[in-house]
Amino acid sequence: MAKTQITLALNGRQVEALVEPRTLLIHFLREQMLLTGAHIGCETSHCGACTVDMDGKSVKSCTVFAVQAEGAQIATVEGLAAPDGTLHALQEGFAEMHGLQCGFCTPGMLMRAQRLLQENPDPSEAEIRMGISGNLCRCTGYQNIVKAIRYAADKMNAAQKEAAE
Amino acid sequence: MSDAAMTVEEREANLKGIGCSRKRTEDARFIQGKGNYVDDLKLPGMLFGDFVRSPYGHARIKSIDASAALALPGVKAVLTAADLKPLNLHYMPTLAGDVQAVLAEDKVLFQNQEVAFVIAEDRYIAADAAELVEVDYEALPVLVDPFRSMDPDAPVLREDLAGKTEGAHGARRHHNHIFTWDVGDKEATDQAFAQAEVTIKELITYPRVHPAPMETCACVASMDKIRGELTVYGTFQAPHVVRTVASLLSTIPEHKIHVIAPDIGGGFGNKVGVYPGYVCSIVASIVLGVPVKWVEDRMENLSATAFARDYHMTAELAATRDGRITAIRAHVLADHGAFDACADPSKWPAGFFNICTGSYDVPTAYVAVDGVYTNKAPGGVAYRCSFRVTEAAYMIERAVDILAKKLAMDPVELRLKNFIQPHQFPYQSALGWEYDSGDYPTAMKKAMEATSYAALRAEQQERRAAFARGETRELMGIGVAFFTEIVGAGPTRNCDILGVGMFDSCEIRIHPTGAAIARLGTKSQGQAHETTYAQILATEIGIPADDIMIEEGNTDTAPYGLGTYGSRSTPVAGAAAARVGRKIRDKARKIAAHLLEVGEDDLEFEVDRFKVKGLPERQKNMKEIAWAAYNNVPEGLELGLEAVDYYDPPNMTYPFGAYICVVDIDADTGVTKVRRFYALDDCGTRINPMVIEGQVHGGLTEAFAIAMGQEIRYDEGGNVMGASFMDYFVPTAVETPVWETDHTVTPSPHHPIGAKGVGESPNVGGVPAFSNAVNDAFAHLDITHIQMPHDHWRTWKVCEKLGLVG
Ligand code: FES
Ligand code: FES
Repeated sequence: MAKTQITLALNGRQVEALVEPRTLLIHFLREQMLLTGAHIGCETSHCGACTVDMDGKSVKSCTVFAVQAEGAQIATVEGLAAPDGTLHALQEGFAEMHGLQCGFCTPGMLMRAQRLLQENPDPSEAEIRMGISGNLCRCTGYQNIVKAIRYAADKMNAAQKEAAE
Repeated sequence: MSDAAMTVEEREANLKGIGCSRKRTEDARFIQGKGNYVDDLKLPGMLFGDFVRSPYGHARIKSIDASAALALPGVKAVLTAADLKPLNLHYMPTLAGDVQAVLAEDKVLFQNQEVAFVIAEDRYIAADAAELVEVDYEALPVLVDPFRSMDPDAPVLREDLAGKTEGAHGARRHHNHIFTWDVGDKEATDQAFAQAEVTIKELITYPRVHPAPMETCACVASMDKIRGELTVYGTFQAPHVVRTVASLLSTIPEHKIHVIAPDIGGGFGNKVGVYPGYVCSIVASIVLGVPVKWVEDRMENLSATAFARDYHMTAELAATRDGRITAIRAHVLADHGAFDACADPSKWPAGFFNICTGSYDVPTAYVAVDGVYTNKAPGGVAYRCSFRVTEAAYMIERAVDILAKKLAMDPVELRLKNFIQPHQFPYQSALGWEYDSGDYPTAMKKAMEATSYAALRAEQQERRAAFARGETRELMGIGVAFFTEIVGAGPTRNCDILGVGMFDSCEIRIHPTGAAIARLGTKSQGQAHETTYAQILATEIGIPADDIMIEEGNTDTAPYGLGTYGSRSTPVAGAAAARVGRKIRDKARKIAAHLLEVGEDDLEFEVDRFKVKGLPERQKNMKEIAWAAYNNVPEGLELGLEAVDYYDPPNMTYPFGAYICVVDIDADTGVTKVRRFYALDDCGTRINPMVIEGQVHGGLTEAFAIAMGQEIRYDEGGNVMGASFMDYFVPTAVETPVWETDHTVTPSPHHPIGAKGVGESPNVGGVPAFSNAVNDAFAHLDITHIQMPHDHWRTWKVCEKLGLVG
């Protein structure tokens, strides 16, 4: 099948690639870019395992064509930690609060949660639960995921407050 | 801090051993997107397989034409039964002693059954090509109702079994009959019923559900023709068994098969069995000489691999008027689908269903189970439970509530009256088990206090009165469940899989610097084995858990084990870990005695070192001993510090728990809100409280899903109705209740560290707690039992029937 060239910013790095028009973003990321953090749990946009950030919005990359990412800024879980390896507050929170078990939903959860905290830096428990309701987890029962996100919100807010003072 | 300056407590804490909420070692890779799941694998030259599946529930295959598919650029091969038959691989043996079609030969027996396997350069081309395979079917009458399976005029499903009157578990009395399994004293039970003051009888159905882990089943098969070696990466809960089966089927010698289960994205029983996708990938790789990947999509997962339950249980209790249960009688109709692919130990066609006397001291009981074929997907796995234990627990816990209603007794009071008492352990149940330990009354009373049970009942009375006065539209339900699990299969004298005893194993090598690697025969799918096994070893040996790497899943390096399901990891492999630790400690004691120039008996072990009795400043810690093990051992002792243990458990373990659930049901909409859920678990010795709590949260969430909405339903035409996340209920964070957890500790007397296993308890106890809560909301009205799942629509129908809808 004829291929189309796309150019996008992937975790802050400029990337050019050839893709089939029908290639889904999740397959492009996983199979062409070898970023296997985002997972496939349903391919019908129900589970959120494939969640990545696209131009400041959470998207389910199983329901986005790679060609739609032309010119976009895409962030995946692989870009969440700082370049020096320091973990993001959410990554730390998930480990501290036991917010993961099998880890399959985790990259999608983390990417959704980081966007949620951009949208709402101080979410209530109900807001967190609603905010991650597009992401399914079969292992944790969500309770510790909620705690992990709250942990990160507190940590990020404290850091911001400190910086402001 | 130097070692010598540390207090005993500090050294103890440094080990991060048993009882510590140690953070998980596996998290680092998962939170950074560096897990390694099967679909992440990309091998050079790898091709991709996809199935052509049957649109019919029952049909004859008249012809298969793959020419258009084969003409599509990028398509490498199309396999059908005709290709597999010469290899004798068109059928494969199941764990239950039946056979299952790998690719359908003459007939399809369930919708989405595998008919052809297309292999192409990528998954897109494979999917396109699967569409191009032309299969000509002739529809046949479909059998979906298990109650009709053994009708004289029921359609013949399994033509391959024609004339076979003897099945794997005794005589077959009908062409759709698989087995009849019974246990207990029928005569005494019938007599107890004949003399009973009170009896109840109810058909309690546990619908067909599916474990639906977030990661579907997948494998990559890679045949190296030059070396004659086959490597199979897969989502295997029991990799060693897969290797043995692969060797038996392929005739490739077992040492030339490498089965590797990398990270697994949840299993819950779904990944125990061997599926046509694995066999086809292996055959394709052998034929084509390159690696072949197969990954199920969600629709395939929900409709073709490993359903659970589908038990239709007619339960009867006999009791005295004052509430002593005198007998239990049950008949189960078990819908096994088109092939009997149940994942049970070989001699147990109905699993451990005979745990259905529950937590009660019942003098006599009798149970019979009939397994039948229908035009539905095969499976019958234990969805986060030990074999058929959740069905058993659901039946008895519903039945006890039904009896309580009939006797006008409080359900807790009835339970307390019938509990096996602490002094009765070890307890011989009427259906043949020896319960190892338990303290049920203490757990029940703790749960009642924690939830202010009496106050809840008082509130319910008031609310019912208020409802009658029209002041509220909500019905309050209180659900109680007290379950006893039976896990840790199992003693090899009565538990095996395809003839391999259900032991498990641990092997450890301690390196000269005192760091270690340990390997086990189980396989984590999220249960934190890498974290918790290290804790057991840390406490037993005295080296920090952080210095012990745990590895599982590679059949080349790990000792043989039967895998992870039925909560067997801690009871069996965890016991092997403890015993391996003790073997190391015994050798370490010899080395320490040699180094300190004293007798072994002059030494005492303290946390992480041996000290000379009476001269505590003379001591050698495990690090020093490990170093010496490689250069300075007493004469006659082998160098090195390694051990292996294969553990054959003397008995199962019997975790238990008391769960209380409070719901409020809107009578006008059927919407059920879970106000409160309290779960007390007793899993014996607690290895990592954080992990236990996580397991309980997850198991309760699955129980919530099952009780409140999950069902894989078939319509009359044999169409599967629940095969996507649109139709199959997986709760989000919004619906999922908040969980309160609690515990008591009654160690198992026969397990080396007293642990019992916990991962599945919340599923086993949770389902009856939810179901009892919904039923209890209507207990004052004219209704005895409402079938699961308790979704809004069904609950609304009940309200409507009772004339409650405003
Ligand atoms: S794989 Fe994209 S939402 Fe499930
Ligand atoms: S941790 Fe397993 S699905 Fe969420």
